[in-house]
Amino acid sequence: MAENIAITWRRIPERYRLEATRDPQTGEIFFPPRVLSPTRRRKAKLEKITLSGQGEIYSFTQVNSAPAGLEKTTPYVLAIIKLIEGPMLTAQVVEVSEKDVKIGDKVDVIFRKIRSDDPEGLLHYGYKFRLV
Amino acid sequence: MRKVAIVGVGMSKFGEEWGRGFRDLIIDAGKKAMEDANLQGSEIDALYCGTMAPGPLIGQEHAGALLADWMGLNPIPSTRCEAACASGGVALRQGYLAVASGAHDCVVVGGVEKMTDVSGPDVVSALGGAGDQEWELFAGATFPAIYALIARRHMHDFNTTEEQMASVAVKNHLNASKNKYAQFQSEITIDTVLNSKVVASPLKVFDCSPVTDGAATAVLMPLDKAKTICEQPIEILASAQASDTLSLHDRKSLTELNATKVASKKAFEQAKLSPKDINLAEVHDCFTIAEILAIEDLGFFKKGEGAKATQDGLTALNSQISINTSGGLKGCGHPVGATGIKQAVECVWQLRGQANGRQVKDAEVALTHNVGGSGATCVVHILKK
Repeated sequence: MAENIAITWRRIPERYRLEATRDPQTGEIFFPPRVLSPTRRRKAKLEKITLSGQGEIYSFTQVNSAPAGLEKTTPYVLAIIKLIEGPMLTAQVVEVSEKDVKIGDKVDVIFRKIRSDDPEGLLHYGYKFRLV
Repeated sequence: MRKVAIVGVGMSKFGEEWGRGFRDLIIDAGKKAMEDANLQGSEIDALYCGTMAPGPLIGQEHAGALLADWMGLNPIPSTRCEAACASGGVALRQGYLAVASGAHDCVVVGGVEKMTDVSGPDVVSALGGAGDQEWELFAGATFPAIYALIARRHMHDFNTTEEQMASVAVKNHLNASKNKYAQFQSEITIDTVLNSKVVASPLKVFDCSPVTDGAATAVLMPLDKAKTICEQPIEILASAQASDTLSLHDRKSLTELNATKVASKKAFEQAKLSPKDINLAEVHDCFTIAEILAIEDLGFFKKGEGAKATQDGLTALNSQISINTSGGLKGCGHPVGATGIKQAVECVWQLRGQANGRQVKDAEVALTHNVGGSGATCVVHILKK
């Protein structure tokens, strides 16, 4: 589903710079950044931090049937990445096919175009990952 | 809390029902349930209906009002329940709670989805709403991809194989071939699955439940009253629901659904039963790997042993435990909002001894397991003859 310009603008800190939130008392890190700690709720005063973008592949798949808007870049490898700071996220792994990838492979973040299916021509950018 | 029983059930044929729309499907299922319960309609106090995505699929919201209107049930309260693919299970639970609490004496619960009025990519996008649009779907995840990530990790951690996952589909197609309401009426082989097109590796087309039109309904009453109007009331011994993170990547483990574990633990406690007491279960096999997770997380098999158990035939009809006698989501079809109610319909038929051609011998206790998204909602019911 194409996202409008307001959603895209709101998500720039997380999608462009991997901004997360952290509970300074417990050290828990949340990405995507939560505004309420799921473990301590209102007791936690969350602060912003920026993640390193380094991690490893926890699981992966090669998507052959495209969702609307990604037809031109299909097939692509999609993975759950476990970041060295702890959180996991879902992202594409670039410049590989699934034969090149295995669970445990080290990856780092790269800034890429994610979608260009917006009817008004809005381009969506964000994080993908590559093998290191 | 009062004891609650199911006194009537009905469902539409599941499949690509080009000739019938949203209203036709649920009215068909509703009429059958009323005839089965031998009620007139004036007895009904309230209506709860599970439907996931009529907005993106047919451009229609306000489904509760639509159904009361078109079923001729105005002005009783009518409420739509939405929890993605668990919408039907949630509707059943809301109906159960309404009768158990004493708020209503006769409730109809239904589930319906009309999925073939839009294109394939539009269905994929609509179902994507069951996941996290901003953090999973935006990155390129689809539902097959999300379950593929689960499958890959299960294969890594427990040596589960693609052949073992395929054996889920083979069993469920065999069961479906004995169910006249099922979308698929033909048996398949392991090779059918393994040679089918890869959707999101390691999952192939035949690992995935289909796009389906369909509806199912059930009529609920207090058990005491049910016994006066019905020869074979089926008691709802337990109704439990649990939640988990919307995104798969936020879970501590990819290879178990904690919502299934929590909901089933509560349900077994309510029913004062254990997994070994269950004769048959309708579990949420939206993908073959999902049935393997389900039979492990419900406690029928140890974690990591569900795939081999399926391959060894332990979940086939009249084996150790009969899993998905209807054909499951895989073989019977998966009109998402209808699935949770259809599971209860199949269990009622089995417990009454009416499951012609696929009857579980001496069926006394049945379980339904309905999952929303990748496991963010789970609803478990236990039914008894």
